[in-house]
Amino acid sequence: MRNRFQKILATLATTAAIALPAVSASAQDVIKVGILHSLSGTMAISETTLKDVMLMLIEEQNKKGGLLGKKLEAVVVDPASNWPLFAEKARELLTKDKVAATFGCWTSVSRKSVLPVFEELNGILFYPVQYEGEESSRNIFYTGAAPNQQAIPAVDYLMENEGVERWVLEGTDYVYPRTTNKILEAYLKSKGVKDEDISINYTPFGHSDWQTRVAEIKKFGSAGKKTAVVSTINGDANVPFYKELANQGIKATDIPVIAFSVGEEELAGIDTKPLVGHLAAWNYFQSVDTPENKDFIAKWKAFTKNDKRVTNDPMEAHVIGFNMWVKAVEKAGTTDPDKVIDALIGVSVPNLSGGYSTMMPNHHITKPVLIGEIQEDGQFSIVSQTPGLVVGDEWSDYLEGSKDLIADWRAPLSCGNFNVKTGKCGGQGPVAQ
Amino acid sequence: MPRLLCVILALVCALLAAPARSAPADAGEALALIASGRFPDIEKGVDLLARSGNTHAQAIIEALRDGRLAVAADRRVLIQQDGGRWSDAATGDALAEAPAAPKTVRINNRIRRAVEAAVGALTLMAPDAEARRQAAEAVFRSRDAAALSALDEAIAREEVPYIKRLMGEARAAILLGDAGASDLQKLEAIDILAARADQDALALLRAATQGSPVVSAAAEAAVASVEQRLALLSMLQNVWYGLSLGSVLLLAAIGLAITFGVMGIINMAHGEMVMIGAYTTFVIQEFVRSHAPGLFDWTLPVAIPMAFLVAALVGAAIERGIIRHLYGRPLETLLATWGVSLILQQAVRSIFGPTNREVGAPSYMAGSFDLGGLAITYGRLWIVLFSLAVFAALMVALKATSFGLRIRAVTQNRRMAASMGIRTPWVDTMAFALGSGIAGMAGVALSQIDNVSPNLGQSYIVDSFMVVVFGGVGNLWGTLVSALTLGIANKFLEPFAGAVLGKILLLVFLILFIQKRPRGLFALKGRAVEA
Repeated sequence: MRNRFQKILATLATTAAIALPAVSASAQDVIKVGILHSLSGTMAISETTLKDVMLMLIEEQNKKGGLLGKKLEAVVVDPASNWPLFAEKARELLTKDKVAATFGCWTSVSRKSVLPVFEELNGILFYPVQYEGEESSRNIFYTGAAPNQQAIPAVDYLMENEGVERWVLEGTDYVYPRTTNKILEAYLKSKGVKDEDISINYTPFGHSDWQTRVAEIKKFGSAGKKTAVVSTINGDANVPFYKELANQGIKATDIPVIAFSVGEEELAGIDTKPLVGHLAAWNYFQSVDTPENKDFIAKWKAFTKNDKRVTNDPMEAHVIGFNMWVKAVEKAGTTDPDKVIDALIGVSVPNLSGGYSTMMPNHHITKPVLIGEIQEDGQFSIVSQTPGLVVGDEWSDYLEGSKDLIADWRAPLSCGNFNVKTGKCGGQGPVAQ
Repeated sequence: MPRLLCVILALVCALLAAPARSAPADAGEALALIASGRFPDIEKGVDLLARSGNTHAQAIIEALRDGRLAVAADRRVLIQQDGGRWSDAATGDALAEAPAAPKTVRINNRIRRAVEAAVGALTLMAPDAEARRQAAEAVFRSRDAAALSALDEAIAREEVPYIKRLMGEARAAILLGDAGASDLQKLEAIDILAARADQDALALLRAATQGSPVVSAAAEAAVASVEQRLALLSMLQNVWYGLSLGSVLLLAAIGLAITFGVMGIINMAHGEMVMIGAYTTFVIQEFVRSHAPGLFDWTLPVAIPMAFLVAALVGAAIERGIIRHLYGRPLETLLATWGVSLILQQAVRSIFGPTNREVGAPSYMAGSFDLGGLAITYGRLWIVLFSLAVFAALMVALKATSFGLRIRAVTQNRRMAASMGIRTPWVDTMAFALGSGIAGMAGVALSQIDNVSPNLGQSYIVDSFMVVVFGGVGNLWGTLVSALTLGIANKFLEPFAGAVLGKILLLVFLILFIQKRPRGLFALKGRAVEA
C-alpha cells in the first residue's frame, strides 16, 4: 500500500518535473535508450544530474544525425531510490520499451538488484559510478572506477607524499565501504602497516552527529605518527562530517581526509574554506585542464542554462560509456545486444582528461587516476596524476579467494569469474553477494 | 636527470632575470625552486627562504600561502598585492604594468605545512598578539629545532602571559625531541608538557619514554597523570556531546510534542516542516548575499521568525485543508500526512533542485573554544542554548497565555471547552500551526549542522517520534528529559558499541521500556488520560 502510494505520488511529481525530449518519430526509425536513475527519494541528489547528462548526450547525438540513420529517443524512468523498484523498472525498459541500451544505477545495491534482470533479458547496462569490484557480468559495462583505479592509488599517494603511517578507514555501513576497506586493509598490511595503526569504523546512512567520531579521529591522530582518514562515507552524511571537522579545527595539514565519494557536486553544498587541502581521488575533476573538458563544461552549462552547475566524475563515466556504445553500435551496424556486447570490447574513445579510455575484456575501462585537493572555490586542484592509464581490476588482487579470479568476456573463455588456479569458470569471491 | 637539468636551467634563468640587488643570493635560488612548479622543490624553496634571513621572505611565503604568488612568462616570480597590482618578489619593487598571463604557484598539504612552520618561525615577534599566538602554535606543531634561538628571544620579549606559556610549550616540545638537549632540559620540558596535558602533549611524552632512565621515568609518570586527566575529560566531553545531540533531538521533537503529544495527530509531514525552515534560511541567506553581504551575520536571527512564520502558514494550510477532515481517524491521518510529506519533498526538489544547498555559518557559529581542556564548538553551544530558549518560550506560551490556556482546555475536554465559547476548530489550527512553526525554527538550527536537501526532514522524523513516545505523550517536560537522556545515552554507547550498534541498542531499550511503561517516562494521570 505504502509503496504504491509512494510510487504514484513520485511518478506524478516527476512527470511534471521532467520534460521528456519531444522526439516524435515512428517506431521504426528510433533507437530507444533507457535512463534508469532515481529522480526522487534519497539518491535523487546524485542521480538526477546523471539523467540530465544523458539527455544532453542524446540530444547532441541527434543533432549529429542520430545513430545508424535513426534518431535516438531517451526513455526516462524513476526508480525512486527504491532497490526492488530498480529491478521492476529495468524489466519495464527491456520488455515494454525494448531499449537498445540502458544507462543507470548509482548504489551497488541497485546494481545488484537489476543484474539478474539484465542477464535474463539480455540487455546492456552502463554503470557509471566507482564501486567495490568483485563482479563482472556479461551484460554490464562498468565505466566507473574499480578499487585499484581509485582507492589504492589514493593510499599510495598519501604514503609517498604525506608520509602517512596511521590510517582511519571511515565509511558508511554498506557493501561498497565494507569491501573497499577490506581491500585497503589487506593492501596496507601488505605494505607493513601494523594492526594498531589501522582503525576501521562504520556509521549508518545519513549519520549526522559526528562529534564523537571526529573527536576519536583527533585522538587516534595524536599518537605521534602522521595520520590520514580514508573516507568512504556516502552521500548526505558527508556534509555534517566535513562541518564537524572544520568546527573541531582538524586541518588538512594535520590530518588529511581523502574521500572516494566526494566530488564537485557534493562540495557545492558546503562552505569549503575550512576544508582546503583535504583530498579526493577520482578519474576526472572539473578542473582538468584540457580542451575536451572545457568544451564539455561549456556545453553542460548551456544545456542546463545554469552557469553554476558543476561537473563530476560519474558524469564523465557516462560520457565515455555513451560514446563507447555509439561507436560499438556503428561498428556492429546493429543494436542487437549480442553483437554490440562483442563489439564493445576494445572500443576506444577520448576521455575528458586528454587521453583515450578503452573497454577491456573484463567489461571495465582504462582510466587515469587523479588526486585533487579541495580549493576555496569548491573545485579541486590536481596534485597527482598517474603517468599512464590504469586498467580496472574487477577481482581484487588483495583479497583471499578473489585474487585467482579473472574475467574475460571474449570467446572462447566468455567467463566473468574464471579461476586461473583450477582452470574453471565459476569461482566466487569471498565478499561478492 | 632531466629534473636536475630543469632545476639548473630554472636557476640560471632566475639568476639572469633577477640579479640580486637588495636580497642575498640564496633568495634567488629559493625563488627559482618555487618557480619550478614541482611540489618537492617548492617545499625546499620555502625552507631555504625561511632560513635566508631575507627581508622579503615573510611576504613571499605568505603570498604563496594565500595563492598570490605567480610566475611570469619570463620566469620572474611576482606577488599580487591588494588591489590587483603586482610586485617583483625578489626585490619588492612594484611593477609598472600587469604581466602577461602569470601562472599562480599551486601548493599542496606538504607545502602548506612547510609554509606554516616557516611563517611561525618568522612571526614569533610580530607586533600582533594573535599572529604571535598562531606562530607559537605553528612552532609547537613543526618542532623545528632551527626555530629554537628565535623562540628563546621571543620568550624573553613576550609580555602576554598565555602566549608566553604557549611559546614555552613549543620550546619544550622541541627540546624533548632534540637528541642534543641535556637531561635537565628534558626534565624541565616534561614538566611543562605535563601541565599542558592534552593529546598533543601526551604523544610527545609517550615518545620521550624511550630516553635515558631518568628522563623516561619522569616521562612515564607524566604520561600516567595526563592519561588520567584525559580519561576524565573524555567523560565530560561525552556528556557535552550528549547534551548537544539531545538538544538537536529536542528541537526536532518539541513541535511534534504539540501536534502529536498534545493534539494526538500523527503528523508524518513534521520532518518537512523542519526542511521548510532550513530552506527559508537558505533563501534569506541567498537574498542577503546578493543584496547586502555585510549583513550576513544577521541572517540567522532574521531567519528564525521567518522560518517560524513560513512553516506555521504551511502547517495551518495542511490542517485546514486535510487534517481537520480526518480527526478521530489516526490511520487516515497517518497516510494523508505521509502523502503530504512526499509532495512537499518533491515540490522542494522541483523548485530548489535535488542537490544540497549551501547555508553558511555566521562568524559567531564557526570554530571552537577551549574550556578547561574541553573543546566546545560555538555552533553546538548556540544550538543547545537556542533549543532551551525555544523550550522555555513554548512553556510560557502554553502556561501563561490565554492562547495556551485554550489549547490545554481543548485537549483536556473538547466538548466542555466548546460549551464555554472556545472556537475549538480555530484552536486546533493555531496549535497545529504553532507545532509546525517550532519545527520550522528547528530547521534554522539544523541547517547549520546538517544537509539542506529535500531529504533533511526524513532523517529526523523517526527520532522525533521516539523522543515524544519515550518522554510520555502529552507532556512537554517529558520531551525535554527524554531528548537529553536519549542524546547522552547515545553518546556514551557510541564509543563502545559503534554508531550502528549503539542506535540498535537504544531502540531495543526503548521497546523494552515501552513494554513496561506504555505511557512513557512521565505519563499523564487522571481524567486527561482518557480524553
